[in-house]
Amino acid sequence: MSAPGFASVLRMTIAKDLRMEWRSKDAINSMLFFSLLVVVIFSFSFDPTAETSREIAGGLIWVSFLFAAVVALNQTWARELRSQALDAFRVSPAPVNSLFLAKALGNMVFVTVLECLMAPLFTIFYNLRALGNWKLLPLIAVLGTWALVVNGTFFAAMSIRTRIRETLLPLILFPISLPALLAMVNGTAAVLTGDNSPIIWIKLLAVYDVVFTTVCLMLFGTIINAE
Amino acid sequence: MNPSSQTTQTEAAAAVSLDNIVKFFGRFVALRHVSAQFAAGRLYVILGDNGAGKSTLLRIMTGLLKPSSGAVRLLGQDPEEVTQRFGYMGHAPLLYDELTGVENLHYFAGLYGIADGEKVRAAIRTVGLDPNLDRRVGNYSQGMRQRMSLARSVIHDPEILFLDEPFSNVDIKSAHDMAALLGRMRDAGRTLFVVTHQPAVLEPVADEYIVMEAGEIIGRRTEHTA
Repeated sequence: MSAPGFASVLRMTIAKDLRMEWRSKDAINSMLFFSLLVVVIFSFSFDPTAETSREIAGGLIWVSFLFAAVVALNQTWARELRSQALDAFRVSPAPVNSLFLAKALGNMVFVTVLECLMAPLFTIFYNLRALGNWKLLPLIAVLGTWALVVNGTFFAAMSIRTRIRETLLPLILFPISLPALLAMVNGTAAVLTGDNSPIIWIKLLAVYDVVFTTVCLMLFGTIINAE
Repeated sequence: MNPSSQTTQTEAAAAVSLDNIVKFFGRFVALRHVSAQFAAGRLYVILGDNGAGKSTLLRIMTGLLKPSSGAVRLLGQDPEEVTQRFGYMGHAPLLYDELTGVENLHYFAGLYGIADGEKVRAAIRTVGLDPNLDRRVGNYSQGMRQRMSLARSVIHDPEILFLDEPFSNVDIKSAHDMAALLGRMRDAGRTLFVVTHQPAVLEPVADEYIVMEAGEIIGRRTEHTA
């Protein structure tokens, strides 16, 4: 019997999680419903001009995705705990970092699907049109989403054994995500208004992603085996 | 031969060796200075009242829990170093409700580097289930879940098997079938540790009973006495 490879465990775990989500739709339905509510409630709450919309839309979009992502992040490990399947992984020779990366990539897929579905709605409800280089928006979205899910997956794993895990996750995640959130909001606003270059914010996001992905991978083994 | 090398040889010969294991949960002492050696190829039944420390001991043997002090050796090594060589069936089924039995086993087999579909089907047949059953585990009866969980724990053909309450919520006929299967595994040379509150089910196949009370092993005997 050969030891399982990192890539094969990664691939299998992503496929397993996507299949489970496809069947249960626990995370995606909750995220969609939540984001939809945010879009509708804010559009009824105030009636901004196109100029104002461009200035505030970055904040609205990313805060709504951040809150919605927490739903998916909580589900990530709840599935593993439900029948204690995580124990079966822990007693296997599979590399634990492959589990972490698979969970983070799975969450990336869920949140990206949400973003793809919600972006047209945001555009319509807030009458958005990018005055800057719109081609940079997908890059900001990818880097920003990864910043949210990599930290979220890590801190969700850290809080799984606590009774107040659903409250604890946002309490830890939001402060630590502030620099990334700032970069996402300002980068998006820069693209939408065209007033200044978003490059500095994109660089900040890239550095944030590299640093936090490395730290999470280094510490995940300790976190998952903690009692 | 010096005493330290003698000890190492004894540990290597034993399937499981526990050296002065103490486990605290906060201020509660779950295990108190447990030391024991367990020979290979035998079926051990671990008995004791609720809270005696049976499941804690089993989880420490598998490496799922770390002892507060003391050392565990499986086949002469740390549990983390021999994960390919032991299997664990927990109190919960350790299966995903949203997946079918075959999908579950394919996934867990993959964690041991096994990609052979026929091996998965054979493991399911071994525990008396139908590998063609296209039903999610969430819709299984408790007995079927326990059997599938047993199939999961033996998918990689382990030398040592740890089972925590394998007969809970299982009807008596299925329990006897599972016990007979465990006996055959022992006959094939495997070492088994079974935590149970139903020792009578295992009476025909058990080699030794380990009796625990208040975090200590208070007796080891070859016959079950009520």
